[in-house]
Amino acid sequence: MRTQALLLASVAVPLFGAACFLLATLRPRPGWRLTAWVSPACAALSLGAAIALAVVRSGHGPVTALGGLVRADSLSEFMLIVIGAVGLLATAASPAWLNAEIAARRASPRAAAKHSALVQLFLAAMAAAVLTASLGLTWVAIEATTIVTAFLVGQRKTRQAVEAAWKYVMICSTGIALALLGLLVLNAAAAHAGLPAGLDWTRLVAAAPHLNRGVTRIAVALLLIGFGTKAGLAPLHAWLPDAHGQAPAPVSALMSGVLLSVAMYAILRVKVIADLALGTEYTRTLLLILALASLLLAASLLISQRDYKRMLAYSSIEHMGLLALGAAAGSPLAVAAVLLHMLGHGLAKGSLFISAGRVLQLTGTHRIDRVSGLASRAPLLAGCLGLGILALLGFPPFSLFASELGIARAGFASGLGWVTTVALALVLVIAAMLLTHVSRMLLGPAPAATEGGLAAGAAPPQAGTERASTASVIQNGSVATLAPPAIYAAETAKPAAMFPDSGLLPVVVALAACAVLGVYAGPVTTLLHAAAQAVVTP
Amino acid sequence: MNHTAFVELLNLACGALLVTAVLILWRRQLAAIIRWFTVQGLALTAIAAIIAVDGHDARLGAIAAGVFALRVIALPLLLRRALARAEADGGGRALRETSPLVNVTASLLAAAVLTLLAYAVSRPVVQLTPASPAAHAIPIGLAVALIGFFALVTRRRAMSQLASFLLMDNGITAVGLLTTAGTSLIMELGISLDVLFAAAVLQVLTSRVRDTFGHADLDELRELRD
Repeated sequence: MRTQALLLASVAVPLFGAACFLLATLRPRPGWRLTAWVSPACAALSLGAAIALAVVRSGHGPVTALGGLVRADSLSEFMLIVIGAVGLLATAASPAWLNAEIAARRASPRAAAKHSALVQLFLAAMAAAVLTASLGLTWVAIEATTIVTAFLVGQRKTRQAVEAAWKYVMICSTGIALALLGLLVLNAAAAHAGLPAGLDWTRLVAAAPHLNRGVTRIAVALLLIGFGTKAGLAPLHAWLPDAHGQAPAPVSALMSGVLLSVAMYAILRVKVIADLALGTEYTRTLLLILALASLLLAASLLISQRDYKRMLAYSSIEHMGLLALGAAAGSPLAVAAVLLHMLGHGLAKGSLFISAGRVLQLTGTHRIDRVSGLASRAPLLAGCLGLGILALLGFPPFSLFASELGIARAGFASGLGWVTTVALALVLVIAAMLLTHVSRMLLGPAPAATEGGLAAGAAPPQAGTERASTASVIQNGSVATLAPPAIYAAETAKPAAMFPDSGLLPVVVALAACAVLGVYAGPVTTLLHAAAQAVVTP
Repeated sequence: MNHTAFVELLNLACGALLVTAVLILWRRQLAAIIRWFTVQGLALTAIAAIIAVDGHDARLGAIAAGVFALRVIALPLLLRRALARAEADGGGRALRETSPLVNVTASLLAAAVLTLLAYAVSRPVVQLTPASPAAHAIPIGLAVALIGFFALVTRRRAMSQLASFLLMDNGITAVGLLTTAGTSLIMELGISLDVLFAAAVLQVLTSRVRDTFGHADLDELRELRD
């Protein structure tokens, strides 16, 4: 009974949150500042429930609820933790982000409440996707997120945002329609093998060796391409940079950390059936093609990237390519590394998107070359960005180091030496590009205030600019008392506005969690290995 | 219903499905496209109903009713309303696909090639239940889906892309019905709702594209690229 309550909490709590915000849209003005915190509270509850579930169920088999509609094994439990952790990071950063948008008159409290309601619905759909027992319902939940997030991507109603939303819905719906075709074909194969209707995953796995090979081959190809679209893998990736670039920062964080991971989860589930029915070679080849194409694409488009949010989006495509490579290797170690990588990538990329959103709010520009000297103007924000990038590139204290190493080792161990070497070379190119771009943003001289004001002119609030300039005056004043006259003259000639460092606590905590996870995974290791066992064919 | 009549009716309905798909690909006038889309919905309903009557399957009968409600009433209504709004904005001119990437002749040839491709690809699925007449029609469903995909990538107007997406979805539904392997009702419901919502979201976005870009020609969507 207690486990069932914990299971359903991860869907019910966000739904409750969504209901609260829908009510809040009716009368948004009074107490918005308080209402905004319902979102992180719900996310914290969901994460708590997910962790409690993992602890309670540790060492037990899968648990079912609602007459077999809901089923959770270790993999689902781990995915719930990923969703909860990234969800908490994104929603905890939301109130600060939304308040800044409201202050800048780019959003009304009503729009902010609607935004929060959609985010909660998104989290509920994602939790439902990993909890359903049937592949068909997983499909329904993943497609539902396309619908829910469409308006989040197009929230700003600028030309770019509307274009991004259109491409997002069109490409994702088309891709996921291919997955539906795959499911229907798989369903035909299952019915022929004597299974009852419903595409129940456990039953499919049990009957997999008896599935018709030719039919299953068609189904698996369609499913991999379809769910691969949603995971941002290469042939149908085109929506990802646009949507991530245009969506509000917390939504980009959620899409990168949660949506892509859950689509990858669906691929892992499909792979089990495919491996049992067709042998491992077929899926492995398909996944390797998707992985290498994604890595190649990310590397080539990162070289001359000028937009920092799109840069992060292409890095997400890179990491999904790495996950596909790990899935292709397919050993228990590889899958455990893939799962750890999902969590680490979600935390690091989520932090980066939220920091990038803060940079956008402060400077008003998407362009890498228009942002410079961030380290001197907003040290904490610059530190978060810098550490986030180091985490993303897999530098040691962070967990991505361990997981990338695990994926590479598993790749070499399962006879994918050449492919892994090529992949690692591409990863190096990407790392070099990311470092170049980000160092250009963080270091160098801060642009002169007038120029900055011009660049920011369209976006930041009047009040904000004023406050920033007052801050710079105070700053210059204090510098003036200490600095020699020459420097003082230089300072007055080119006053650089200091930015306020606020709303970055969730980012700091997430990066710290990512580092702790890299140093001491502890009980997570047990869960990871149990989860990997659930989707590794014996 | 005796067996011959069943097979003939089923073939007729499937033929109508393919012909309407080709007509949708051929016509440029959006009003005409929507009309043929409605007719195609009827053909799809007929397929579901014929299989339901032949198999005395009440559940499939309910699905036929659902297909009718969604694809003959709800979706065409949505499209017609979007079209009426677009035409009102455009000063009452009838809206048409002005400059698709591929001309009519080439599109129709492509449809023929795609139909052949569908027959070639779906051989294993047909072979799964060679005795069932419905299974032999599966390639037609696949062909309709492929034609829809082709229309989707070659058309430029937001409205006709939306119609092409729904055409593709009709094809996929036809495959689902013709494999006659029942899916669970809750899954069926989820799929239909998702399609309806996706279409509604796309319709809202269409009008938003028109509001921000002046008209809904997707050639204007060139702001985001690398």
